[in-house]
Amino acid sequence: MNEARFQIWRGTGDKGHFDEHVARIDEGMVVLDAVHQIQAEQAPDLACRWNCKAGKCGSCSAEINGVPKLMCMTRLDQLDLTKPVTVEPMKAFPHIRDLVVDVSWNYRAKMKVRKFKPRPPDAADGTWRMDQKDVDRVQEFRKCIECFLCQDVCHVLREHDKHEEFVGPRLMVYTAALEMHPLDVEDRRGDLKHEHGIGFCNITKCCTNVCPEGITITDNAIIPLKERVVDKFYDPLGKLLSIFSSADVSTGSKP
Amino acid sequence: MGQYEKFEFDVLVVGAGGAGLRAAIEAAASGVSVGLICKSLLGKAHTVMAEGGMAAAIGNVDDRDNWQVHFADTMRGGQYLNNHRMAQLHAQEAPDRVRELEEWGAIFDRTRDGRILQRNFGGHKFPRLAHVGDRTGLELIRTLQDHGIHQGIEVHMEHTVSSLIKDGDRVVGALAYDRERGRFKLFSAKAVILATGGTGRAFKITSNSWEYTGDGHSLAYNAGADLIDMECIQFHPTGMVWPLSVRGILVTEGVRGEGGILRNSEGRRFMFDDIPDLYKHQTADNVEEGWRYTQGDKEARRPPELLTRDHVARCIMREVRDGRGSPHGGVYLDIAWIKERMANAEEHIRRKLPSMYHQFKQLANVDITAEAMEVGPTTHYTMGGIKVDAESQMSAVPGLFACGECAAGLHGANRLGGNSLSDLVVFGKRAGEYAARFAAENGHGGIDDSLVEELSRQALAPLERESGEQPYAIQAELQEHMQDLVGIVRREDEMLRALEIITGLKERADNASVPGNREYNPGWHTAVDLQSLLTVSQAIALSAIERKESRGGHFRDDYPDKDPGHFAKVNVRVRKGADGNMEVDQLPIPPIPGDLQQIIDTESR
Repeated sequence: MNEARFQIWRGTGDKGHFDEHVARIDEGMVVLDAVHQIQAEQAPDLACRWNCKAGKCGSCSAEINGVPKLMCMTRLDQLDLTKPVTVEPMKAFPHIRDLVVDVSWNYRAKMKVRKFKPRPPDAADGTWRMDQKDVDRVQEFRKCIECFLCQDVCHVLREHDKHEEFVGPRLMVYTAALEMHPLDVEDRRGDLKHEHGIGFCNITKCCTNVCPEGITITDNAIIPLKERVVDKFYDPLGKLLSIFSSADVSTGSKP
Repeated sequence: MGQYEKFEFDVLVVGAGGAGLRAAIEAAASGVSVGLICKSLLGKAHTVMAEGGMAAAIGNVDDRDNWQVHFADTMRGGQYLNNHRMAQLHAQEAPDRVRELEEWGAIFDRTRDGRILQRNFGGHKFPRLAHVGDRTGLELIRTLQDHGIHQGIEVHMEHTVSSLIKDGDRVVGALAYDRERGRFKLFSAKAVILATGGTGRAFKITSNSWEYTGDGHSLAYNAGADLIDMECIQFHPTGMVWPLSVRGILVTEGVRGEGGILRNSEGRRFMFDDIPDLYKHQTADNVEEGWRYTQGDKEARRPPELLTRDHVARCIMREVRDGRGSPHGGVYLDIAWIKERMANAEEHIRRKLPSMYHQFKQLANVDITAEAMEVGPTTHYTMGGIKVDAESQMSAVPGLFACGECAAGLHGANRLGGNSLSDLVVFGKRAGEYAARFAAENGHGGIDDSLVEELSRQALAPLERESGEQPYAIQAELQEHMQDLVGIVRREDEMLRALEIITGLKERADNASVPGNREYNPGWHTAVDLQSLLTVSQAIALSAIERKESRGGHFRDDYPDKDPGHFAKVNVRVRKGADGNMEVDQLPIPPIPGDLQQIIDTESR
């Protein structure tokens, strides 16, 4: 019987320590299986979140050997089992217990993003037409499973604790999905600059690297949003036009 | 002890998957105050696992489709145990619910002329499923979530409802605890909507998460509501079988909709060997025709891989039993073969089935664009549940509503793929609307403090006991026995044994003990959920014994045929007797009105 050692973070709030456990290893096992085995046989009150166990719900986020990952999608045969595997809670959020952290800030921050506002239906049947290629671009962002690993790894949140000033990569992706939605007519560029702190992102791409859905967060979401903000606030021609035009041309339509 | 916070809402919704969210949105839109309780974080409910799509006869891909055909398909798929009125409402209203999701920001895949694309699925005569690749459920729940958070709904995340509270005959509230601190909260409500999903955790091999312990079924049962069709459990034909750790995880029917085929170890497409009479006229009898169907040829009939789930699951079981299975006890599902027919097959598969590609690559080291998958049946869906009024979704208990998987009626003995997501929004909306109406016509009930204290004491008991068994072990035993004795193939003697075992497990569960305190303690949560799981397991076994025939998801080795006489005309009902024991009996199925019967007859020709 193969075995592996796990060091799992236990404790409440700021107090905690690693507990070492040994788990039996079968072919194809993932970290979440080991945590469940330890929970069922050794530590019944070990707190962890999980739901789908298939990488679709984004509940079981943790830091495995220091790397933010989904426990359900991290196979043991991809880890070095000659050393104990460390499993810790995400660090960018307040700790609750063991592997569980308080992610409610993400939900509050989402409320600040202006909601979807479609243009009136313009097809004869009272609906809309959209091209698959326009839809593809947005669907990349809508794959997001809200695991918040990108928020966890973002140094603006993790090291600098700017939760009040910067909404983080997840909500940049959310905003990008709305801004690039073929039907949406809302303008969120002012919010991005002033309320949501897009300027804090200095494009280190840490978020992109940890995304379990492979969303190209920085290149496809944040940078285009930055460009839109620049177009609105710093484009001299647009500014000039807006002075002479009663309708604000630079904000009236979206690229 | 004895302390709890109090909350007051006009309408309280328990469960925040597609049905609960849609119900909450509808109730809030009518101006009443709405509380929403979810067992996990918002947006994580099992709806995210729905892959293939949402059935609605919008006729974008085949304009011969309409609600009548969808209605007839649903009834045929359910082997006529369905509530005909629910099947009618569902077929009629699903198109509007799909369009409404688009209004709220959902982005479905498109046809060439820019309309919502629809795909083929088992048991649906025409391509009918609006979809987003193979992650339609995520799109649906996220759309409802992102719309819902701006509607003034008060959300209580990571809370479990342990009891419903009654005042006389009426449900007037719910007692819940929060996972984080284990604090009790009393929710007083003029109407309560249950949208708690299914019971799949009663079985060992399941596509369901830890949440699916039949809480709503059990709460409603204990409050005096009827449960019907509990014997009808859907075993989805294609779950992953290897590696062991992922056994049971769903492989979408969309794989077969896109042309995927089933083969046994001899390489034979065994689904051609057994096509039920009910479906002979609609099913291709050769490989060529089946392929043409998946590629949109309107003249072709569908391949036998797209027969209903109950039938496909049994055919797979037969291949495995007769020694023609794959090395790990399944059969082969092959989508890679389409490269014989298509130039850019690999890219096509990755685009149409991205999360399947990802799932197999990451969890099983299998590249589905190059090799076949190993698949076998997995517990997937509970057709049975709380008996509700078709229009209002109210149960037999005044003030108690149910929608989505925990309610019964729409799907009869077998649910068609794609009919679940549409069920959630069609009947979620109705439940929200009628619960809000009920709340407008009724005040808050009286709630007895001492009862609340007693109920919270009961819920805390496993933490208080000095010694006793761990709930995890009891749960694992239950799942093992339900799988073996009340699973895909059933026999009377085995199910009687299961009932005895459940009685023994109940005693053990009543004496279970968990260490630690109330704060985010999964041992305690498992002990509480185990009570619901035992109640629904008993209901499933009792109902399965009662139905002495095979129909849809319910297959009996000792009664392998459908009974066109007696059992075609009844639903099996379970309810709590006056003495507190579970009672089972049969309810006559109301006759189908002439106009609906005519639709069924026309479509069967």
